[in-house]
Amino acid sequence: MGNRSVIPFGPQHPVLPEPIHIDLVVEDEKVVEAVPSIGFIHRGLESLAGKRDFNQLVYVAERTCGICSFQHGMGYCEAVEHIFGVEVPKRAKYLRTIWAELARMHSHLLWLGLLADGFGYENLFYQCWRIRERILDLHELTAGGRLIFSVNKVGGVLKDIPEDKLKEILRTLDEVDDELRVIRSVFFEDRSVISRLKGVGVLTKEQVNELGAVGPFARASGVRVDMRTLGYAAYPELSFAPIVSNDGDSYARCFIRMMELFQSIKLIREAIGKIPAEKELEVPIKGNPDGEYFMRVEQPRGEAFYYVKGSGKPFLERMRIRTPTFANIPALCEMLKNADLADVGLLVLTIDPCISCTER
Amino acid sequence: MEQINIPEDVLEKTEVSDLLKRALELKKAGFRFSQAHASYIDEKFELSYSFSNYDNYGLHTLRIVIDPETEVPSITEIIPAAVFYENEMKELYGVKISMISVDYNNRLYRIRQETPMGPKKTGGEE
Amino acid sequence: MANITRSPWLLHYDGSSCNGCDIEVLACLTPVYDAERLGVMNTGDPMQADIFLITGGINEQNRPTVKQLYDQMPSPKVVVAVGVCACTGGIFKECYNILGGADTTIPVDIYVPGCAARPEAIIDGIVKAVALFQKRSDDYKAKVKEKKKAGK
Repeated sequence: MGNRSVIPFGPQHPVLPEPIHIDLVVEDEKVVEAVPSIGFIHRGLESLAGKRDFNQLVYVAERTCGICSFQHGMGYCEAVEHIFGVEVPKRAKYLRTIWAELARMHSHLLWLGLLADGFGYENLFYQCWRIRERILDLHELTAGGRLIFSVNKVGGVLKDIPEDKLKEILRTLDEVDDELRVIRSVFFEDRSVISRLKGVGVLTKEQVNELGAVGPFARASGVRVDMRTLGYAAYPELSFAPIVSNDGDSYARCFIRMMELFQSIKLIREAIGKIPAEKELEVPIKGNPDGEYFMRVEQPRGEAFYYVKGSGKPFLERMRIRTPTFANIPALCEMLKNADLADVGLLVLTIDPCISCTER
Repeated sequence: MEQINIPEDVLEKTEVSDLLKRALELKKAGFRFSQAHASYIDEKFELSYSFSNYDNYGLHTLRIVIDPETEVPSITEIIPAAVFYENEMKELYGVKISMISVDYNNRLYRIRQETPMGPKKTGGEE
Repeated sequence: MANITRSPWLLHYDGSSCNGCDIEVLACLTPVYDAERLGVMNTGDPMQADIFLITGGINEQNRPTVKQLYDQMPSPKVVVAVGVCACTGGIFKECYNILGGADTTIPVDIYVPGCAARPEAIIDGIVKAVALFQKRSDDYKAKVKEKKKAGK
């Protein structure tokens, strides 16, 4: 039995762009227990449901998180559309899919960069973020904004992507594809990277199910789950299968996210190939939402829940957003037990924490 | 798409006394805990506990409608992952939940106002 | 900003922002925008920082943290509020847990607008902060000199 002491981790910490505080109980160099305390970014976003009507709430939902902003807006809109029982025009569905996959790419590249910084590869970090800027340029080209671009509305989308811009997306993605292959070889083959990630922070399938982890974090432990198979937006018409690994360590999480980048490129190419030439981008919405619905969408970080309840008034009774990181925190604490103190920063990164989502 | 899953969502109304029993039954039937939340509508709390089955993507929600004064047992004994959800319900809405395994005692988010989204306290600030 | 003799270090803290401005601040420091060519450097240590970039509004829990970070920075110092949430509270102003912009807790010198603030705007803010920092340290030096003279 060694010496026990408590080491505070965060809220302001070099590996974290965002504040989270974890009290680490350590015995010599091993972490025995991790107690998280959250709430540094708690704003009380859900309370705005009583102050804004259901159309304005789209913009609030998008600002739950700046990284997966588009998908938050999309999830909320789909939930309200389900209550109205309307079907969005096909072209709008495809446009949502294209934007959602672009957002996934920029989020995963951001994460890969932070991971590279976490294990000390500063050059790799810059390379990932340089490629990420290409994706953000595509956001700007198609929607006008870099991160939060508000193209969703209840009933459809606000903007169309014309043919020449779709071609530009394809051209950029070809180049990004080549650049990603170079980076992939570093992440997958470099000896130091492997020794830093292989076998670190292992979670089994049973633990993941028990603790309710979601997204790439769960898929790395062999849980075959991806909410995109629920068939929202245009996903039912695209060829798609979840990427799963059985190792459950940090390396597997890196592997899953890297492979999902290539999957997203494939999905965007397919969607652009199949997109129907329609004029209609939205269906008219009449009246106010009356009813409730649970919507699940797959975000870059995993399954997100949107619960919307209306009672025939413009103001909703309740809007609830359950974000993926909120579900992953119990699993993170379990994973930190028995970890080396030096690995804690890296392990916190591997769940791809998005604290502003978590605390809303 | 290899397979599209469009399951029917189930919304089951239940009583406070049956909550633990139903949660245990769902867990044994292969469902995993997804989320829990409270709403405050017409001076009553609506608690929803969602469970999902990741084999067929089914979603099963237990719904309890109670008066604000009613005490609710914690499900953390059966489902440890529910800790944060129950603490959140307790802090933001003031739902009376007893026996949470790790109880933050309304200090999870450390907010200024007591139960900002639940019933308004008479005589309190704001 | 003609005579820049100092190269100030940046400290970035995320108040209660949605992450949007946050990653734009980080994007500013990466190759495409590269704010470091202006002679600034990102640091994680408040004790060595000269310019404080704050994103997001102030809430009950991060208020002491922000105050402490500000106090730990050596004088002279410059505070830049990045994004509309840090300026006024933004879209979350009416939420129950938001006190308002960064200026409710610490004195802010430069306000950068935008939701999320664009890298160009952030770089503009940094340039202004560098100039202001130079001016403040010049003033400080002159003051010290005067004091020494008076002391003799």
